[in-house]
Amino acid sequence: MLRNFLRAALTIAGKDLRAELRSRELLGLMALFALLAILVFSFALELDRPGRQDAVNGVLWVTLLFASILGHNRSAALEREHGGFDALLLAPVARGAIFAGKLLANALFTLIIALLLLPLLTVLYNLPQFPPALLLIVPSGCLGLAAIGTLLAAITVQTRARDSLLPVLLLPVALPLLVTALRASNAALGNLPEAELQTWILLLLLVDLIYLAAGFLLFETVLES
Amino acid sequence: MSEAIEVCALPAERQPRLLRLLNALTVLALPLGLYVALVHAGTDTSQGDVQRLFYLHMPSFFGAALAFGGALLAGIGYLVKRETCYDSSAVAGVEVGLTLALVNLVSGSIWARPIWNTWWTWDPRLTSAAVMCLTYAAWLVLRNGIDNPQQRRRLASVYAILAYVTVILTLIIIRIRPDTIHPAVIGPSAVNAQGSFELAATPGVTTALLVNFPIWSLLLPLTLLWHRYRLQLRIEVLEQRKAQVLNAPLRAAKGAD
Repeated sequence: MLRNFLRAALTIAGKDLRAELRSRELLGLMALFALLAILVFSFALELDRPGRQDAVNGVLWVTLLFASILGHNRSAALEREHGGFDALLLAPVARGAIFAGKLLANALFTLIIALLLLPLLTVLYNLPQFPPALLLIVPSGCLGLAAIGTLLAAITVQTRARDSLLPVLLLPVALPLLVTALRASNAALGNLPEAELQTWILLLLLVDLIYLAAGFLLFETVLES
Repeated sequence: MSEAIEVCALPAERQPRLLRLLNALTVLALPLGLYVALVHAGTDTSQGDVQRLFYLHMPSFFGAALAFGGALLAGIGYLVKRETCYDSSAVAGVEVGLTLALVNLVSGSIWARPIWNTWWTWDPRLTSAAVMCLTYAAWLVLRNGIDNPQQRRRLASVYAILAYVTVILTLIIIRIRPDTIHPAVIGPSAVNAQGSFELAATPGVTTALLVNFPIWSLLLPLTLLWHRYRLQLRIEVLEQRKAQVLNAPLRAAKGAD
């Protein structure tokens, strides 16, 4: 049972990754957007050297959030255009596995962008050092973003406004994730008392868990037609 | 014929007796509550008359939380039972909740101007209350953006469930974020809280709260919810009849072929 579930989820995630490897549509777009966002933030906030160090955290997460919105929209639109969701529903696999597969692929795309952003921000925004705790915080943040984003993108792709609606639905609901991820990485960067680091990481994981549970419970009803 | 399956009953022309009782109670209780809040209760020694806004401010938030909670339950109910009437109550819940949440935000803002010396500050609790309003505004946008009625009800139900996260967040945030300046009424306020007051310090404050709380958090939302629900049922029936009339020539043409 569990093995079937995992195999189905991995197959679906593998399909998304293969499609991306062949078309190279999404990652290039997300990466370029993330680069431009960093530039725009740097100008818009008129940052000097200490200012950059203070702002780097917010720039990282806001850029990731918007880049992941691009990714979720594209991934859901591709499935919808080619009738992928209907085909997935016909497949004899657990409904949760479909969500898990899409979620895995989306989380991986966001994570790749995050891993690209981290060294870039270290150089461009003068991150003082690279705290190892970020290696736990960033993937957890990406996982949460992917969980709520995959679910909501499957909703908005069925509306008249299509992809323009996703940010409006996602931003308020993703706020708990954004707050905990921001606080956790702020603590990791040494801007908050050491004791808070663990608290915020635990809260971040809790938010992840809630989003995942909501996704697994509700994704099936979102897709059915 | 998918439209015929989900016919919901047109509500009776005459309002049920309980609703008429609620109407009368609300019409009588609102002025009474305002009288107790504005005249009967003593003036707060440190904050002055503006403190009287509190009697609307806190109860209207709980009224909003109740209405949004109704929308949450209606969302779950729709996904389980797939009956249109659940979706109609979700619409009522969100609209009434949003109205009360705006009463809460605006009254808080007016109170904050003399007490905090600003209309608005990016305090955790203020932010989360504003985000709550925006989430339910997004719900309305989502619901209006889907043409197929069944699809609209299903997806709106899913988002109504998710949106309740923001209500819970607003309720607990002053307990988990110690840097808020928003005072807590029940239990100890955060250390930075500005503008707290003791319920027992001024005569009549507790009475005014006890009178206004059930009015704004229970009586008014329930009455409004019920009316909006009845209205939404009528709208649904109207939409169905419209669709039937518009489809009739089409079906006749098909039959002739």
